[in-house]
Amino acid sequence: MISKKIPKERRVILKNADAPSYSNKISCYIKEGGYNVLKKSLKKKPEEIGEEVLKSGVRGRGGAGFPTGMKWKFLDRKSGKPIYLICNADESEPGTFKDRQIIHKDPHQLIEGMMISAYAIQAKQAFIYIRAEFFEGAKILNRAITEAKAKGFCGENILGSGYSCDLVVHRGAGAYICGEETGLIESLEGKRPNPRIKPPYFPAVLGLYQCPTIVNNVETLCNVKHIMEMGGETFSKIGKPNNTGTRIWCVSGQVKNPGYFEFECGALTLGEMIYDVCGGLLPGRTLQAVIPGGSSAKILRADERFKGTHKDGTDFDWGIEDIPLDFDGPMAAGTMSGSGGIVVMDNTVDMVEAMANINAFYAHESCGQCTPCREGSLWMKKISSRMCSGDAREEDADLLLSVANQIEGRTICAFGEAAAWPTQSFVKKFRKDFLKKAKTQKRKKDSLQLI
Amino acid sequence: MKLTEDTLQKIDEVISRYPDKRSASLMVIHLVQEELGAVDLEASEWIADTLDLQPINIRELITFYPMLREKPWGETHVRVCRTLPCALRGSYATCKKLEEKLNVKEGCVSSDGKHSIEFMECLADCGEGPVVMVGDQTFENIDEGKAAKLAQLILDDKLGDTNEFISYEKAVESI
Repeated sequence: MISKKIPKERRVILKNADAPSYSNKISCYIKEGGYNVLKKSLKKKPEEIGEEVLKSGVRGRGGAGFPTGMKWKFLDRKSGKPIYLICNADESEPGTFKDRQIIHKDPHQLIEGMMISAYAIQAKQAFIYIRAEFFEGAKILNRAITEAKAKGFCGENILGSGYSCDLVVHRGAGAYICGEETGLIESLEGKRPNPRIKPPYFPAVLGLYQCPTIVNNVETLCNVKHIMEMGGETFSKIGKPNNTGTRIWCVSGQVKNPGYFEFECGALTLGEMIYDVCGGLLPGRTLQAVIPGGSSAKILRADERFKGTHKDGTDFDWGIEDIPLDFDGPMAAGTMSGSGGIVVMDNTVDMVEAMANINAFYAHESCGQCTPCREGSLWMKKISSRMCSGDAREEDADLLLSVANQIEGRTICAFGEAAAWPTQSFVKKFRKDFLKKAKTQKRKKDSLQLI
Repeated sequence: MKLTEDTLQKIDEVISRYPDKRSASLMVIHLVQEELGAVDLEASEWIADTLDLQPINIRELITFYPMLREKPWGETHVRVCRTLPCALRGSYATCKKLEEKLNVKEGCVSSDGKHSIEFMECLADCGEGPVVMVGDQTFENIDEGKAAKLAQLILDDKLGDTNEFISYEKAVESI
């Protein structure tokens, strides 16, 4: 047998997180050179930091993949209103668990990244919006902030630079919609987290308290520290053009060794991730489908071919295992890398039940502001649950598709798309399973209960 | 409604962190709920009064957010993740086993008020599913068999004394 070379991780953000002698206390972080980059950055002009971030080409790690430097550029600096920085630590996309590792194991890296970012945008105050289920995470962050304040890395007159910025941990209360940046801002203002309409409410112009606000993901803010450490130019050489830096991929579902892995963008393919890094599928199983970027990303069928032309004019013809893991690869395959949550499903999975599971999630999490989403997500849940309880009808596949199509593009925020895409792609790619369900009314043999 | 001096102090401290009092709503609700187990009408009115808001401003939060409660959960509250990645590793069986052993249906509180189970949406630890939380501690890879053992330890009130289940956080702390 030919032994395959297992691709090697390149750990930048998680460099220390899992080291046996490393803890989340400030002493460990400082021993590893922590807060030196903050010291260095405070000697630069704030605009210079923004320039480095822009040069690095780093794209947001929360899901949308928007260039961070660009986001900062949009900031309204002329209004004279105070500027706020918010770290989105509401990690809640099913399949994603990367921010949990950073928060619990290396919180000071996040604080350093935040303080550099806050200085760069000249924020008056910074917040970490953390999901309420991370009880211990919030405690760890609060302790870490107290430690950082005692050493002058945070709070009043940071390291004698004259720049002050307080950092506050704010806990959510179990709502997925708070991961949407304008919903998060509403929540932080003490209101129901109904997302705001864009325009005019782009956070960089009219954000928290109608002041200019930057909302960035945990991993993104950690990247800022590394950009300032190595320089934007050097950072931009990690990974591939337009897909710079490393990414933490979270693999879950039916593989032998699920987990989180940090690789340079584009360093490996989906196939290498599943078969080499995660040890492949369980014995005797074959691959049926993969959701590549958290539950809202469109599903990929194991036997699909993905063909098309890249921006540079070259053609591609991929099987599922050839899709490169970066931002543009999954996008070219008609889906997205989203928040990096790869959910693997083997041949035992009943796809109708899997979709019903996802639909139940989105029906539960819709904020209820826009009618197509509030009603549509609930109906998709009801129809797909009915299909799994012995009352599936032949016309259900088209009915589901029609409901999903009426949500997409008709809502204030992207939750509408997040709710519609799974149903659209499941029905389109697994139509046979839906028709079979109407005939047999039974769960697929060997499938676990999923709804 | 009575809150301890400690909670009242924490509430004052939390409010002072924000440029706008209303922003402290969620954090104050959390503090009140931690002590009382739930935020009923009277508590909502008290919080509203403390933050110079109308009671509806607090009520609308409690009725929206899944983790805010009008009635308390049981003394030991068990959360089981229901969402796809955990379900693909057997969380429905895990939840069923816990229901059976703790003798309480998910979404309900046992008649003696001791236990409650919530089959809830993604807990963001998908790689180690099925994930179960007992109180504020996270337990990973709790399949059906482990769920039975975990339930027995909860029933015997011995979860803290054993090394059989190490919470995720304890494992991090112990380094």
